[in-house]
Amino acid sequence: MECQECHQRPATLHFTQVINGHKKEVHVCEKCAYEQGYMPQNSESFSLPNLLSGLFNFDSYPVSQSQDQTSSYEAPPKLQCEKCGLTYDEFTRIGKFGCAKCYKTFGEKLNPIFRRVHSGNSVHDGKVPKRMGGDIHVRKQIEEQRQKLNHLIRSEEFEEAAKVRDQIRMLEKQMKSEQGDGDQ
Amino acid sequence: MSLQQFINEAISPWMQENGPDSDIVLSSRIRLARNFEQVPFPILANQEDLDHILDFFQQEYGQQSFGNYHQFELVRMNELPSIQKRVLVEKHLVSPHLVEHSNHGAALISKNEQVSVMVNEEDHIRIQLYFPGFQLEKALKQASEFDDWLEEKINYAFDEDRGYLTSCPTNVGTGMRASVMMHLPALVMTQQINRMIPAINQLGLVVRGIYGEGSEALGNIFQISNQITLGKSETDIVEDLKSVVQQLIEQERNARKRIMDQSGVQLEDKIFRSYGILSNSRIIESKEASKCLSDVRLGIDLGYIQRIPKTILNELMILTQPGFLQQYAQKNLSPEERDVLRASLIRERLKLENKYS
Repeated sequence: MECQECHQRPATLHFTQVINGHKKEVHVCEKCAYEQGYMPQNSESFSLPNLLSGLFNFDSYPVSQSQDQTSSYEAPPKLQCEKCGLTYDEFTRIGKFGCAKCYKTFGEKLNPIFRRVHSGNSVHDGKVPKRMGGDIHVRKQIEEQRQKLNHLIRSEEFEEAAKVRDQIRMLEKQMKSEQGDGDQ
Repeated sequence: MSLQQFINEAISPWMQENGPDSDIVLSSRIRLARNFEQVPFPILANQEDLDHILDFFQQEYGQQSFGNYHQFELVRMNELPSIQKRVLVEKHLVSPHLVEHSNHGAALISKNEQVSVMVNEEDHIRIQLYFPGFQLEKALKQASEFDDWLEEKINYAFDEDRGYLTSCPTNVGTGMRASVMMHLPALVMTQQINRMIPAINQLGLVVRGIYGEGSEALGNIFQISNQITLGKSETDIVEDLKSVVQQLIEQERNARKRIMDQSGVQLEDKIFRSYGILSNSRIIESKEASKCLSDVRLGIDLGYIQRIPKTILNELMILTQPGFLQQYAQKNLSPEERDVLRASLIRERLKLENKYS
């Protein structure tokens, strides 16, 4: 079905308008929906981030309900990213970050959001950039080896455990020397 | 321009090859979202920053080559006529978002069109890599190598705990969306697909239509991709997706066999009727064309129709989109004019095959 406004693009939004008891079917494309005022400007009402922002708002919900309606949006101290200027409120509304720094600025507040979106996960477990990853690679390896060591000690495989311990020491040394290089 | 020549120029070279399991899996794609560490994301960046990124890509990667992908060329969106932009979308080389929302958007596209990098889309960098058929692991390996190649010159926004930092919280972590385009006519005919989609969703995977979010499954083509990007490694994500796709392939093959066994004549009739419509109609809407093309493609896979290559579905699904039709006609067309041209283009394309057989 084509858009009833522009007759060019396919109609992607279909709804029924009731004005003074008169029903009217509307079939428009997203662009015309904005332009003709069927949808508020600069809001992507049906987009994924918008649905997400519904999820994020649970954070501010109790605050606005506990206060009277007029003052509900002024309340707590504003959390704002110093790099890009995005506030936490804006973030929950648009569902997008403004820059890399936002992740630090909004910090722990993000854990419940990430857990909702990523099936309970909030910590990265994938690729690390080669060059700028710095000692993350080594640290991850050390962490893995430590877990292995604990496991070996518990199962009393001491000979193997000693080997792993040596490996950890070697990795730690490697990390220290890399840090030394970085300081120069 | 002759039709054959137009097709040769219109279809990405990688698309004309047949990959593994190509009776069901049309293509495999890996997309990686990346950002510059110091620059605000495109949604909030100023014009100067975005221009700076474009110039950087032009200087560092324009005319460069990586592996077998030959030369890259940077195409700036604001320099392209709208029909051509639409053609890039229909070829899946750029997203509708890049075309609609960004004055500072560009795409770095390899000569064989297997790799494309969207610049200043929702994130500064979105790497896309395609393979024909079911080749997710290979796509992941190459995308990752390509990512390393870019990283030699770019400081990515990365955090040890959160991974690759992206504009949308749904992409953070690996920044990876792995997806597979599948042709599942028998699962649709037997209505099994309706039961399977919710189950697939529960595994953290999404099923969509051919043109992504919100689009219909035109021509029984479904895109299956990962939803979760945080807390799982790239390899694990690809493994999970792979195992679901493998099951879908198996179920689809079983369903095809069952339909052939139980109602072979009806199936053959349906297929040849669709073939009849495609080779004879004078007006055809894209929905009907997609449906018929799906039937014909099934007919080819099942051996009912010979002399027509499998790739014809991929090819015609793309060629008969509004952007391509208008490029073929070299002018803007009304929907009615498009329906006429679509019918004639399909007829000619089928004739082309018969002529050579």
